[in-house]
Amino acid sequence: MKLLVNFSRGKGRGPIIAQVVRDTGVLINVERAVIDSSEGEALIEVPDDQCKLVRDTMTRLGAKVNILEHGINLNESECIDCGACISICPREVFSFDPEWKLKMAEERCVLCGKCIDACPHKALTLPL
Amino acid sequence: MHKSIDQINQRIKEGSARVVTAEEMPGIVAELGEEGALKEVDVVTTGTFGAMCSSGAFLNFGHSEPPIRMERIWLNNVEAYGGLAAVDTFIGATQQSDTLEDQYGGAHVLEDLVAGKSIELRAISHGTDCYPRRTITTELLLENFNQAVMCNPRNAYQRYNAATNTTDRLLHTYMGTLLPNSGNVTFSGAGVLNPISNDPKFRLIGSGVPIFLCGAPGMVIGEGTQHSPAGGFGTLMVTGDMKKMNHDYIRAATMYGYGVTLYVGLGIPFPVLDLDVVRATAVRDDDISVDLIDYGVPSRNRPLVRKVTYAELRSGSVEIHGEEVRTSSLSSFRKARNVAQELKKWVESGSMLMALPTRKIDTVKSVHPMHETTKGPRVLDIMDRQVVSIAESEEIKTAAQKLLKGETNHLPVIDKTGRLVGIVTTFDVSKAVANPGKAKFVRDIMKKKVVTTTPDEAVDIAVQKLEQNNISALPVVDARQHVIAMLTAINLGKLFGGRWLK
Repeated sequence: MKLLVNFSRGKGRGPIIAQVVRDTGVLINVERAVIDSSEGEALIEVPDDQCKLVRDTMTRLGAKVNILEHGINLNESECIDCGACISICPREVFSFDPEWKLKMAEERCVLCGKCIDACPHKALTLPL
Repeated sequence: MHKSIDQINQRIKEGSARVVTAEEMPGIVAELGEEGALKEVDVVTTGTFGAMCSSGAFLNFGHSEPPIRMERIWLNNVEAYGGLAAVDTFIGATQQSDTLEDQYGGAHVLEDLVAGKSIELRAISHGTDCYPRRTITTELLLENFNQAVMCNPRNAYQRYNAATNTTDRLLHTYMGTLLPNSGNVTFSGAGVLNPISNDPKFRLIGSGVPIFLCGAPGMVIGEGTQHSPAGGFGTLMVTGDMKKMNHDYIRAATMYGYGVTLYVGLGIPFPVLDLDVVRATAVRDDDISVDLIDYGVPSRNRPLVRKVTYAELRSGSVEIHGEEVRTSSLSSFRKARNVAQELKKWVESGSMLMALPTRKIDTVKSVHPMHETTKGPRVLDIMDRQVVSIAESEEIKTAAQKLLKGETNHLPVIDKTGRLVGIVTTFDVSKAVANPGKAKFVRDIMKKKVVTTTPDEAVDIAVQKLEQNNISALPVVDARQHVIAMLTAINLGKLFGGRWLK
């Protein structure tokens, strides 16, 4: 399961991810992170059954946590199955099925958003 | 053996014609042989669905009361041509909205009309004795037009160059998003299903031939603009009635950083008259090759990386210098198939009969570049020939004095032989003065990576260099790397009010 974690520097500067790993023993996979002087955002992946534990622990340490149920959102009525997104995606989320219809491996998506501008038909949007 | 067009049309009318798509044809020929395929198959249908920028429509509004002679016309804030008498216009697909820019354009107006949405017409006129009205604003549906005739000057390209980008910058082109360092390859076209690829000698395609255009029965007008069959880049001018079009086969799009375009579904049915038609329609993706071009070079003559076939492009990756690079299609093969299938149904059900061209299309001509009688501005037209430069062995203090005296912010740095080796700016010198100690000579603080231009480079290319590197001056160098002038943002001001704007 994927979690989007927001850190605000005002609420302490502790190493939240490291502390959660130590306290809970859950191995956290950081898939994407943007951190600057005032705030930070990280997309992490944790095993489904430990998702709530990680979320609660992080929230207690001052982070804001959203559980991401979905990857990038594909609007099938706008998509024309061209495949412009396929070579842009760093995670190889998109591919064609045998009938040349675009299919998505949603669980691979890290919501980097690179495909959004590459789609000529505005069929891709962020779920949040 | 030979079949006449009348024999084939008779079978279509009887509902006994055997119709297949161009994708099925290679397999049929492999199984039955050429003679067998000629006997078996009556019609082969083709299809393509991709970005066709050179599209648009003639619209007739009818007369208002009191009447107006429209001079400037907008449809949903997209300007349409106002030079066609009083109440006609041509709206082009790539024209962008005055308010929404590349988020809405002529292509979206066309799509919205076909989708049954209403469009706001706004027009102005200076008023005449016979047409006194000066302004009009009204909401229109497709059914409110007397005629809405799509007329596309250049559609159905026979093939299209594939694109990659060898520079270290992300590029946004009409070939889509091109990742840096040949990070991806983009291409367009239906290959095996492409209409002209199934009739490259234009034996069956010509004026008056019936086609599928965006879900409506349409017609080939003749050769398209930029038609260049000699090099394998034939195009078609086509027309069709918008009122019969289907939203599944007409879609507006925006290529990010480039602009608005229209995705058009187009297919042509071919009567299988003789063995030449069988052979032409047995073409496969492996047989159709295109140039893979480096779009990192902003010139008409972009370098060739290699040749690739549609089979390779469609496989998902192609090899460039030993590395597998992923491909993206910009056109939809699935939709191209749907076009060919839909057209197959039309012919099978007898609603479309075959016709031979009433006028042939040229098969040998090639397109030539623009005849330019006046060159656009070049760097030498506006560059500043007064160059204040400095030797790399000079002290920083001397650089500061030169900057003050020369009233400039950029000092090209030269070596003993006069060659450009670096550049220092007011900023570099100020920084060195504010933090004294380490650096003493110009060579210690200069930037060694200098972006330069040449006297005969187009100003537009030089401006792109300034923008992309976020700098405000370019040394102008000759072939020996000697600085002969400077081009700064101030020189660009000469373009305004000067002869280049006339």
